[in-house]
Amino acid sequence: MTSLTLVRRIAARPSIVFDALTTPEGLAAWWGPDDLPVIKAEVDARVGGGFRVRFRTLDGQEHEAFGECLEVVRPDRLVMTWRWAVGGEPEERGRTSRIEIELRPIESGTELTFTHADLRNAASKAGHEQGWSGSLVKLVRLFGDTPSTTDQV
Amino acid sequence: MVNYEGHALDRVFSALVDPTRRAILARLEQEECLSISVIAEPFAIKLPAVMKHLDVLADAGLIARSKRGRTVDVRLSAEPLREAREWLDRYVRFWSPALDRLAAYAEDQEAEVRKAKVGATEAGAKSE
Repeated sequence: MTSLTLVRRIAARPSIVFDALTTPEGLAAWWGPDDLPVIKAEVDARVGGGFRVRFRTLDGQEHEAFGECLEVVRPDRLVMTWRWAVGGEPEERGRTSRIEIELRPIESGTELTFTHADLRNAASKAGHEQGWSGSLVKLVRLFGDTPSTTDQV
Repeated sequence: MVNYEGHALDRVFSALVDPTRRAILARLEQEECLSISVIAEPFAIKLPAVMKHLDVLADAGLIARSKRGRTVDVRLSAEPLREAREWLDRYVRFWSPALDRLAAYAEDQEAEVRKAKVGATEAGAKSE
C-alpha cells in the first residue's frame, strides 16, 4: 500500500480551490505534468459521478486517466478512484488507485493535502497503517541518493 | 521477465510496510553491520519472529546476511530503496507541477473574486 502525499499552501479560499478541482475549466487549467493544454476534461463531481482527463506530455504521447468520485464534501474533501485508460505508468495500467484531497482553511487561504494512495497494491495485506508514507520518506531519503524534493513522499 | 523489476519493487514496498522492519533498517543505516541477536534486542518479540522479519527484508533485497563463525552478520543493501524512491519520484514529477499550476489558477480566481467584490463595494459607495 504505497502512497504519495504532497502538501501545498494556496492563497485562495477552500471553496475556490475545491471548484478548481471539480470543474472542467478548473481541471483543464492545471492537469498534467507538463505545461501543455489539456485535450479533454470532464467531471461530474457527485458521489457516483466521475472524471476523465486526456492530456499530452512533452514527448507527444497522449494519456488519459479516469475515475469515480467516492466522497465529495465541498469545500473540505474529495476522494476519487484513479485508473489509466491510455498511457500512464505501465505497471499501474489496469490497477485502480485512489486520490484523496483534503482542504483545510488556514489564515492565508487553504492548505491542500493531496494523497495518491494504493499505488502498487502489494499482494500482502500486511499493513495500511498511519504514517507509513512519512516513514518511507525518511527511509528512502536516508538511503536514496537522488536529490530530495520539498515534497513529502 | 518484463515484470521482474515490478515484482521486486512490490516486495520492497510490502517489506517497508511493517514498522518493525523499518526500525531494523533504520538501525542498520546507523550501525552498518549487526548480529541477529543485537538486532533482536530492542524488540519485545521473540527471536524467531525477528528472523522472519529478516527473511522478508532479505527476500526484498534490502539486507544481506553473512555467517561469521557462529554469528550471522546483517548489513543493509540500499539499492532497492533507491529504486523504490525513483519509482515514487515518477509520481512526484507527475503531480507536483500540476499542483503548482492548480495553486496558481486558484490564486488567480481568488484575486478575481476579490476584485469583483471591491468593484461592487465601490459601485455601491458611489450610488449612495
